[in-house]
Amino acid sequence: MSYFAVRFFREVFTAPFEWKELLRQCYQMGNRSFILVGVTGFILGLVFTLQSRPTLLELGAVSWMPSMVSLSIVREIGPVIFALICAGRIGSGIGAELGSMKVTEQIDAMEVSGTNPFKYLVVTRILATTLMLPLLILMGDAIALFGSALVENLKGEVSYLLYFNIVFDSLEFSDLLPATIKSFFFGFAIGLVGCYKGYNCSKGTVGVGEASNIAVVYTSMLLFIIDFIAVFITDIFFEI
Amino acid sequence: MMKIKDDIQPVLEIKDLSKRFGDNKVLNGFNLKLYEGENLVVMGKSGSGKSVMIKCLVGLLKADSGSITIKGADILKLGRKELDLLRTEIGFLFQGSALYDSMTVRENLEFPLRRNQDKVDASKTTEELVVEALENVGLEKAINLMPAELSGGMQRRVALARALILKPKIILYDEPTTGLDPITAKEIIQLMRTIQKTYKTSSLIITHDVDCARVISNRMILLIDGINYIEGTFEELSTSEDKKVQAFFKN
Repeated sequence: MSYFAVRFFREVFTAPFEWKELLRQCYQMGNRSFILVGVTGFILGLVFTLQSRPTLLELGAVSWMPSMVSLSIVREIGPVIFALICAGRIGSGIGAELGSMKVTEQIDAMEVSGTNPFKYLVVTRILATTLMLPLLILMGDAIALFGSALVENLKGEVSYLLYFNIVFDSLEFSDLLPATIKSFFFGFAIGLVGCYKGYNCSKGTVGVGEASNIAVVYTSMLLFIIDFIAVFITDIFFEI
Repeated sequence: MMKIKDDIQPVLEIKDLSKRFGDNKVLNGFNLKLYEGENLVVMGKSGSGKSVMIKCLVGLLKADSGSITIKGADILKLGRKELDLLRTEIGFLFQGSALYDSMTVRENLEFPLRRNQDKVDASKTTEELVVEALENVGLEKAINLMPAELSGGMQRRVALARALILKPKIILYDEPTTGLDPITAKEIIQLMRTIQKTYKTSSLIITHDVDCARVISNRMILLIDGINYIEGTFEELSTSEDKKVQAFFKN
């Protein structure tokens, strides 16, 4: 896999660039994951707020709800949950698609037609996941906060304006920046593992299933490892 | 049989090609010469290394030793760019057609043209080249269909059109009739003959289909035990008294 990653960095900066395919992949990944991330984010915000409310009420700290929810979602829960969802949705899709192309010799066909399949299939997909995941996560965070605001509005009679004023007061640059940076790494990991498993797929249709499945499992583990490293580094620079 | 003069240079030449996978030595010093305008058939049993040989030819697999010269260039010594350039002069028909299943027939044919259209005919548009290639295989009406909507025979024809779109001088056929019913297989063989006349290509055909070899070959090579066991015309080989050779033809 490290050789695969090195090859990615070697090929990403050399011409010819597959801009059209990159845009197509960005659109596909963004567009197809939009609803999934949106719905999950909305439910996450709702459930998180509903579950936390009784405890905060008991402690007389319900006014902390917007700060607590926004910090938790933006810093940690949002990136990890949405990345895991995208690993399932995008990572497995990439693994299955490239795996299927490999076993049906479509990748070989691309190679003999004078196109570099690594550049066309792998570089574009890894770049697309790296670029799209932060956007999806930011969108998911926003929708989760809206879900939370809805509960607070209905149950606690807090206006949306007040809710989001508190949210923006509590959130700082140091909350958003590390989360956004690590989401680029999450995206890179999803694309890299999915492409690696698919591109090196063998053993026919069984191999395609395995590539898809293992891509999700490995990516999920990798996401937690990246998250741990990111939190560790953030703690050094921003003192969480 | 095509008369081959000694002074004619082959367009494709393989010398002492060897390839092993672990302990399994698939090719063990295989030799081959393909001349201009010739249809050369390489026959062998399943697993005899025919597909490995043809994949080594286009650099999809790396040979362990030996040399492969195509139009004077040793492909084992070429860099990525030079190899890609050379590949545009070689058409390759894959055993399972290998059409890009997420693209329409049109997009499948446009794909090799993306960076190479000027090498074919700069005066024609992509659309014209695609339609022309599809007309040559009798499938111009399938232009907007997806590969999944085509029958096996139609897929093979589209794959052939894609292999021809850059107007290559050499075409490599990997089991062109495998998986097709006898009638469709005959149609594909007929199409291959027509294409050879139209495009004046040199063809290397890998097959274990005796009928295909009989109809299309100018010359044949039997690949047995990783070497070119015997060479000759279909008539010469089919009447050979060698038991290993007979085994191919007696049914």
